[in-house]
Amino acid sequence: MKRTLAILVSNPLSALGVILVAAVVFSAIFADFLVPFPSHRGAVVDFANFNQPPSWQNLFGTDLVGRDLFSRVIFAYRISLVLGVVVLTIAVPVGVTVGLVAGYLGGWTETVLMRITDVFLSIPPLVLAMSMMGLLEPTLTNGMLAVTAMWWPWYTRLVYNIARSEKEEGYVLAAEVIGASRLHVIFREILPNCVPAVLTKMTLDLGFVILIASSLSFLGLGVQPPTPDLGSMVADGAKYLPDSWWLTVFPGLAILVAVFGFNLLGDALREILGVEQ
Amino acid sequence: MTAAPLLVLQSVSKVFRVGNREIVAVDNVSLDVMKGECLAIVGESGSGKSTVANIVLGIYASSGGAIFLHGEELPQRRASTHRRAIQLVQQNPLSSLNPKRTVGASLRLPLDVHGIGEKADRWKRVSALLEEVHLPADYRSRSPAALSGGQRQRVAIARALACESELVVLDEPTSALDVLVQARILKLLKELQRRRGLTYIFITHDLSVVRNIADRVAVFEKGRMVELGTVESIFTNPSHPYTRSLIAAVPVVTDEEQALKDRLARPTEEEFERI
Amino acid sequence: MTEPTLLIRDLHLSFKGYSGLVEVLHGISMHINRGERVALVGESGSGKSVTARIVLGLLQMTRAARIGGLVAFEGQDIAQLSRRQHHRLRGTRMSMIFQDPTSSLNPVYRISEQFHEVLKRTVPDIEREEGDRRAAGLLSDCSIADPERVLASYPFQLSGGLNQRVMIAMALANEPSLLIADEPGTALDVTVQAQTLKLMRALVARHNTAVLFISHNLGVVREFADRVYVIYKGRIVEHGRTADLFDDPRHAYTRALMDAIPRLTGGGIPEIVDHSDSYLAPLIVHEGCAEPGGAR
Repeated sequence: MKRTLAILVSNPLSALGVILVAAVVFSAIFADFLVPFPSHRGAVVDFANFNQPPSWQNLFGTDLVGRDLFSRVIFAYRISLVLGVVVLTIAVPVGVTVGLVAGYLGGWTETVLMRITDVFLSIPPLVLAMSMMGLLEPTLTNGMLAVTAMWWPWYTRLVYNIARSEKEEGYVLAAEVIGASRLHVIFREILPNCVPAVLTKMTLDLGFVILIASSLSFLGLGVQPPTPDLGSMVADGAKYLPDSWWLTVFPGLAILVAVFGFNLLGDALREILGVEQ
Repeated sequence: MTAAPLLVLQSVSKVFRVGNREIVAVDNVSLDVMKGECLAIVGESGSGKSTVANIVLGIYASSGGAIFLHGEELPQRRASTHRRAIQLVQQNPLSSLNPKRTVGASLRLPLDVHGIGEKADRWKRVSALLEEVHLPADYRSRSPAALSGGQRQRVAIARALACESELVVLDEPTSALDVLVQARILKLLKELQRRRGLTYIFITHDLSVVRNIADRVAVFEKGRMVELGTVESIFTNPSHPYTRSLIAAVPVVTDEEQALKDRLARPTEEEFERI
Repeated sequence: MTEPTLLIRDLHLSFKGYSGLVEVLHGISMHINRGERVALVGESGSGKSVTARIVLGLLQMTRAARIGGLVAFEGQDIAQLSRRQHHRLRGTRMSMIFQDPTSSLNPVYRISEQFHEVLKRTVPDIEREEGDRRAAGLLSDCSIADPERVLASYPFQLSGGLNQRVMIAMALANEPSLLIADEPGTALDVTVQAQTLKLMRALVARHNTAVLFISHNLGVVREFADRVYVIYKGRIVEHGRTADLFDDPRHAYTRALMDAIPRLTGGGIPEIVDHSDSYLAPLIVHEGCAEPGGAR
């Protein structure tokens, strides 16, 4: 704990990461109480105030149907975070399990599992997600599905490499000599030693999932209106540049802040947990 | 020491295939391990001493020969009961204890795997094991990182005891430790052997340690057992030139030891070249 | 009286950690005269290896390290040297041998190429052929029977013992006045280690090279060194000529170390009574081993 604080104090960027992420998460959770116009998250129309530049009343200006952009950006954070958390809750256990099994068992199991993983890894992620979204309905659920499908192999790769080196450690031999089951060795002995690296990657990935989800909705394949989403906000606003600059700049900055924050936090975590690169 | 051998190796060999080449790591070794003795297997790297240990433990399948425990042949794929019968203490206690699990969790594992003791009593057993290796019982909640090298090795020894096996393979158990710690660990091993009637197979390259802990010594060179004898005969009258050169190479601290080394002849020119 | 090759006076070292300063060396003083073999012996964590790293100028680059006191090499305070000057010294006037020879050599270059780099340190424009010729000579000085084959090999194709000899040949190639040997041969088999030490001893005697010999193994020290410093928890506790120190260890810690070593002649496993308080007793210097200039 003392060490953690010392690292955060000695490295201002790490501290910034903590602050940014805390701010993003806090505002996403308490969006209803924080934003001036909670109802603007949905299909509200206020033509009296449409397309207004930033003012004290509307910090980020208003959109083309008069909704407060600040309120919508904050609610979009909520959607992005939920998306990120759901994607990782599915992708991480799958990826980690495959990686552990392949790394520890070796032999045929390893060959088969890792070749499948390689196939997924060889497809550019956005292309995979786009083709999946093309086949399926472009809904939020399918968006998550698409992103998840392209996310797990990275965890497999990561954990596979750790498991392969941990397998050579004496404690694995010790458990085998005692007669412990493979399940025990995989999940109780090796898995705990993968946790720091996985946790670090998850933090970094929350930022990237937000980014990729935004890219999908920018292309019209993600979250559908009227649900606020950073990617579609940027896409919609782009048609009105440079005159209505606030329509793109603020959602864009919001993406930047979140991704940047999670990256800094991930780096800090890497140092705190002592993960080797 | 009774006359019945606890473990019998009968013409055991191990061949590793590397590409098209075959490497004979253990070449037709026959050896009896008597109940209650400490048998040292000494040799340098590539002598096959560790391979023999791994075959005994069932980590490697042998390429030929048979192993008998209590007169019963051990299969290549060991069942849980076979595993329980032979335990291991490794060289490096930093690696042999899982850094992410507490000392207590590591010590409980053998109890849980083999259903030793009532479930409710197992933590008590863990504490008793710690006390047996002279560590405070509350160390069970510690992580290995909070322990010194010697303390970690004590935990590793306690783990080997947990299975209540008669035979323990000690694979260079003190060579990663400082001398003061080494002396204490060796004392502990002797004490446990006496108290529990354990049989040790002590794998090492350190002949000074062997001289003071072993009853019998098997000298290995390039996969073959070149000499087997009691510790007295090996150290006063070694018959094989390799044994002599091993003893002559030990760095010593007293004049008496130097005199012993000098008497046992220095390595010949031919041996010097071979190295 | 000539300058000692290495003079260390009141050397302090501490590391800045997250929980404040950790003191590792509490003011150690030692010296090595020309051509002298001096051992620094202690357990892990005693500070013996960091001392070597300070002399080599490697620790000075670590941001967390705080170093105080004097380290003089051939009369020159190394703290006054620029990083470049220090770099120029390493591998020429001052060289080193490490514990594990195989990992100290670069696996992707042949021995001949690595040797050439070493020789270029003193003769920058040395031709490859000339370099190979000199290397072959140096290798055969190290009792390597077929230097041409060794030069054409990669380190992983050679045994640990051969690699160690190659390391020794490289370390002595530029005629250094000081060789720092950090646990040489510990990673090798005993018979190979014994041969290596014998060889190293003969070579440094022939070249009149001073040696700082870092080891935890008292037996090895006894066979190699002229003088011995015993270090315990960052303090020198005893200092004397090898024969004197081994015949008559006077400091409680040295005695405990000696007693703890199992004897080849038998006698059972030594009883270790913990007297760690007495291990912190002040330095004992044997007759005729005072530090030059009266430092302690």
